[in-house]
Amino acid sequence: MSGKETVLAKTVWKYDEKPPISRQRLLGRMSVPNLLIYGAGSIILFIIICGIVPGFIAPYSPTDMAYDIMAAPSFAHPFGTDYYGRDVFSVVVHGSRDSLFIGVASVLFGGLVGGLLGALAGYVGGVVDTFIMRCIEVLMTIPGILLALAIAAALGPSLFNIVLAVSLSAVPGYARVLRSQILSIKGRPFITAARSIGTPGWLIFVRHVLPNSWSPLLVMATIGLGTSILVGSGLSFLGLGIIKEIPDWGTLLSQGRGYLTVAWWISTFPGLAITLLVLSVNLMGDRLRDKIDPKQKRA
Amino acid sequence: MFQTIVTRLLTSIMVVFGALVLVFVIVYLLPGDPALSILDPSTATQEEIDLLRKQLGTDLPFYQQFANYAKDMLNGDFGKSLLNDEPVLSKIWTHAPATLLLAFTSTLIAAVIGIWLGVLSAIHRDRWIDIVARLVGLFGISMPTFWSGILLILLFSVTLGWLPAMGSDGWQTLVLPALSLGIVGSGFVVRLVRNSMLEVINEQFIVTLRAKGLPQRLVMYRHALRNALIPALTIIGVLSGELMAGTVVIETVFSRQGIGRIISDALMSKDLPVIQGVIFFSAIVYVLINMLVDLSYSMIDPRVRRMQARR
Repeated sequence: MSGKETVLAKTVWKYDEKPPISRQRLLGRMSVPNLLIYGAGSIILFIIICGIVPGFIAPYSPTDMAYDIMAAPSFAHPFGTDYYGRDVFSVVVHGSRDSLFIGVASVLFGGLVGGLLGALAGYVGGVVDTFIMRCIEVLMTIPGILLALAIAAALGPSLFNIVLAVSLSAVPGYARVLRSQILSIKGRPFITAARSIGTPGWLIFVRHVLPNSWSPLLVMATIGLGTSILVGSGLSFLGLGIIKEIPDWGTLLSQGRGYLTVAWWISTFPGLAITLLVLSVNLMGDRLRDKIDPKQKRA
Repeated sequence: MFQTIVTRLLTSIMVVFGALVLVFVIVYLLPGDPALSILDPSTATQEEIDLLRKQLGTDLPFYQQFANYAKDMLNGDFGKSLLNDEPVLSKIWTHAPATLLLAFTSTLIAAVIGIWLGVLSAIHRDRWIDIVARLVGLFGISMPTFWSGILLILLFSVTLGWLPAMGSDGWQTLVLPALSLGIVGSGFVVRLVRNSMLEVINEQFIVTLRAKGLPQRLVMYRHALRNALIPALTIIGVLSGELMAGTVVIETVFSRQGIGRIISDALMSKDLPVIQGVIFFSAIVYVLINMLVDLSYSMIDPRVRRMQARR
């Protein structure tokens, strides 16, 4: 970046770039973002551990109703207790598994289907491209959560159906990203070169097109993980979640809504958990995008 | 210009028709027999069930059901609610204004906060205002709307007692729901405007303008912002659709009347015509908004206008 700047530009552009050695700039560029990334990484790691072995983290059993009803947060119960006398912290820890699973599974499934459609549309082109992209356009007219709501309601509340609903609403995004990436790679000279020496089409696709175009999909999947967790928790907030003994975050938040005036902590902490997880995932996604493709626009 | 509008209108109609097919297919896949959910299977006789199926048309094959359905929908007949025989269209008409008002207000909040903070943050890059704007952006895209709604209720209704936590009468009840949706929306807009502003600021015509001594204010707001707004406008178009859908959740949080509430109630009771009607309605609104956004490019950006004229 500094190579491009001329002496003149440095003196005139007082609003844009500052001298590279400025302490403020050093602070802004180096330490704060890195600290944020470490923080985000630790939060994600902690929540993953909570999802895998909740028993190690939670101080009490999530189904134990032996404590004071709706006790305010204290040392014994950092997130307070709920209307059944359960320890909210333990419930949140145990609920992380479903919230994480919905997010990760939807990204994998949606990314796979969307990526496949996008690759097909971009690489084959012609009628196939037009048909797929028209369908994607139609899918996009129905906003994600409405589509997910309709599907979740149509197929009934189950973990798999929520994953299906959330991933289907994410398909258009993945398909469009991979398609546009493949279109721009397809026209590059090295593809023409490969074709000119007689490489079969599928081999060009697997060897040359795909390795050069999947990285934006990875960035999108990371940011999409945050969105999927949000949509999934929104569905369970609306009551389309899985009715279980241990509620996931969206369900717990929705159940605590009736007690806002007397026990604010029941709804606040699950929401905080969702926000922290999604925030960390988004921070990671931002960093990943800056690393992989600094010029990629944020959309 | 005329040709552009006609082409855009035709593709929009095609997309709306596609949405009609999609909505029908989703609802067709719904398990369970609507006739059985209206009549009590334990008391109704087989003849009654068959008769109701015939009346509902659910005994016909798939393509005939779709043909009937598409004909009715395109004639403006959205059917009747299975629960109380209320025509779906009139149900939508009575509840749509509240939802559209909420969606419009929150889009406005998102656009104003987002563009304002985004521009400030790009101008004062790496200063405190930039850090604030980036935090707003990050929190905005990471917070579930229902949680920001609940935090707002806790602060302004429970603790301070300034604004009502629920209901749908008067402007006071609009403030909190619109804010909680608007904050989330502004997160997307801030990030986008900041980035496209940073890109524009680095272009050569900005250097030229500065070199000829134009005041910073004019350079930024008259020249840089106008160029940076084009991508922002696109996202605001998409966003208004997402915010429309976000009203489903927010209307539940704040117990507001609106089409979001209709659909979540209808989903619980499997009221098919209502579900189809509301989803189709929101698809039409979404297509309309995005068509307007597309057409407004040529008004904002003379380059687009010239490109269209040449074609």
